[in-house]
Amino acid sequence: MSHPPRRRAARLLVPLIAASLLAAACGGGESTPAPGAASGGASAPAEPVKLTVALFSDFHYGPLYEEFKKTHPNVEITERRAQFNDHHNNLVTQVATGAGAADVVAVEGGFIATFREVADKFHNLGDYGLSSRQSEYLDWKWQLGLSKDGSQLIGLGTDVGGLAMCYRPDLFKEAGLPTNRDEVSALWPTWEQYVETGKKFVAAGGKAAFTDGPGEHFRAMVEQAPVGFYDTSDKVVVGSNPDVRKAWDISVSMIQNKLSGKLVAFTPEWTTGIAKGTFATMVCPAWKTGVIKDQKPGEGTWDIAAVPGGGGNQGGTHLLAPKQGKHPKEAAELINFLTSKESQLTLWKDASALPSLPALYTDPAVAEFVNPYFGDAPIGKIFTDAAKALKPQYTGPKSGDVNVAMGNGLGRIELQGQDPEEAWKQAVADSEKIK
Amino acid sequence: MATRAPERAAPPRRPGGKRRLTGRHWRHMVDVKASPYAYVAPFFLLFCAFGLFPIGYTLWVSLHEWTLLDDEHTFVGLENFRVLLADSYFWNATFNTLSIGLLSMLPQLLLALWLAHLLNRPLRAQNFFRITLLLPNVTSVVAVVVIFSQIFGRDFGLINWVITSFGFEGVAWRDGTLSSHVAISTMIMWRWTGYNALILLAAMQAVPRELYEAATIDGASSFTQLRKVTVPMIRPTIAFVVITSTIGSMQIFAEPLLFGAYTLTGGQDRQYQTLSLFFYENYMRLDFGFSSAISWMIFVFILIIAGINYLLTNRMKGSIR
Repeated sequence: MSHPPRRRAARLLVPLIAASLLAAACGGGESTPAPGAASGGASAPAEPVKLTVALFSDFHYGPLYEEFKKTHPNVEITERRAQFNDHHNNLVTQVATGAGAADVVAVEGGFIATFREVADKFHNLGDYGLSSRQSEYLDWKWQLGLSKDGSQLIGLGTDVGGLAMCYRPDLFKEAGLPTNRDEVSALWPTWEQYVETGKKFVAAGGKAAFTDGPGEHFRAMVEQAPVGFYDTSDKVVVGSNPDVRKAWDISVSMIQNKLSGKLVAFTPEWTTGIAKGTFATMVCPAWKTGVIKDQKPGEGTWDIAAVPGGGGNQGGTHLLAPKQGKHPKEAAELINFLTSKESQLTLWKDASALPSLPALYTDPAVAEFVNPYFGDAPIGKIFTDAAKALKPQYTGPKSGDVNVAMGNGLGRIELQGQDPEEAWKQAVADSEKIK
Repeated sequence: MATRAPERAAPPRRPGGKRRLTGRHWRHMVDVKASPYAYVAPFFLLFCAFGLFPIGYTLWVSLHEWTLLDDEHTFVGLENFRVLLADSYFWNATFNTLSIGLLSMLPQLLLALWLAHLLNRPLRAQNFFRITLLLPNVTSVVAVVVIFSQIFGRDFGLINWVITSFGFEGVAWRDGTLSSHVAISTMIMWRWTGYNALILLAAMQAVPRELYEAATIDGASSFTQLRKVTVPMIRPTIAFVVITSTIGSMQIFAEPLLFGAYTLTGGQDRQYQTLSLFFYENYMRLDFGFSSAISWMIFVFILIIAGINYLLTNRMKGSIR
């Protein structure tokens, strides 16, 4: 009771101030200013420009930024990185709320369709003269960077993920199959022949399975067809597209002939199986060679042959410029530079990113590149051949989700013993439910 | 909060011999009346901003056809809820959530009780044991699930290695409904048993020693003492542990997600997809209207369970008095 009044007043005031500060802090959170917006008012040509680039891993762009600054001394570049899923989710939120996106953003193949739907949220790179680069690109890669109606160019491709078939020569030898990669490729020009090869492998009676699981094969087959899960009006046509049904039937025959090791990609059994040799083949996009290497199966344990059915692709990235960015001209110039022939060649050498410009496929650095870990396989040639052979297919907005629904259907047949016809019906119904 | 305020505000009116409101007096009145509110205000402001408002806004979103990237949000009334309640995958997820919740909670509670009972006696290195109990809880959930996914592996897992070495067939833990629920429940138990044991231990230490002495003289065994003395005395704490773990079990998310190697459907047959995971699957499709409806249903479920718990607890308290 003997506190001097001033201290009592302080006792009253401090929490009040604290409370109001907190309230202010919360209120402020709703309108975070976009990075780079600070320099937005500037218009003089030599005025310094700050560009942010948002990526989902290390793209090895560092030296290229330095190169770019030589011609653009006024541009300052900062790079942000986030984990793969977070990066794309953040971008969706930033685009939807109109704040927080970087000036240049990377979008991976699994997500590009989502952003093509909302092309008006991105700068039309055609306005900055980049449409002229169409002739340099793989056709399907270029198409992925266009808005849904094809009127706008929203992104330029960086790398592609050409498809191959990885196999274990040791297990092939045990089963009496050829081990040389050219002979192995010759075993399966089509998926039906791949299944036949598998039957021979199983008949030899080894302990290992012929392949991991049918999911990735199914996806590869669908992507090789002229029409995939969607028609061009974004309707899911899984149930009526005969090519999807054919891919399904071949996958089911893989299960029924016991070619599959009942493994789901990226589960512990699968990753351990890579090193332990529980399965002899797997569908292999270029980036999966890294996954194999990480499991340390040993040099030469895995080799790489061509994928059946002629060509294929999984993954690969585009660079886009969100409309909230205040420096579209500089952003477009940076995208143009990062996707140029010279840059893509540098990135192939530094980061093993497979170029999306066919002109580079004859460059000795790509065409003659061999990977000693995979028995000196000419991976540059194998993967670029696959990328070249792929015909463009229209990708609907939720292709990834449809693929999961179909893959789950195949999984139910082999893991839960569901009747194939029932699994098909359920998978088709699940796919058609996806909005 | 509402019941306390008047009690606190009452005293200053009494000592009023002099009626004049000097500046000092006025400040005193404001201090006494307003500062309690000021002290609790930060929590309530934050709660409104991050608790109450989102709950209300989620309800608003759930009444719309709302995808994140679309600028137009059409009002559809309760359509999302109608579709949701007719969706067999939703009920499947509800079943999985309850099943995993029960499978993890019952053994967990018994085990925690037993552990606490063991520690509630003079022991060497008592603190060591108590801290050890808490260790699984401070480990990152990701690390726990990754390790347990290896242990429950079909081809190279530790458990199947033991099973097959006895000549039995290994279990494909991920593929079956019950087996996957057991695996996930084990991970949850691993993380939370020790934590709950510590809470129960704290309550046990408040039980008067004389009761145990009397029981010992009467010839009651340690187990009888646990059953007849300890458990009745710490019922409110047991109720608290039950409530927190039921609410926790409604929100099981990381374990099934990571157990399925980041597949959002929780297995090909959705055999271990929990409600939170079902919500996340639809959220990742940017279908905000529908996922808001799901999160509101989860909220309703939690309210129902909390209500049941509340009734049970009240009854238990009554039986003690």
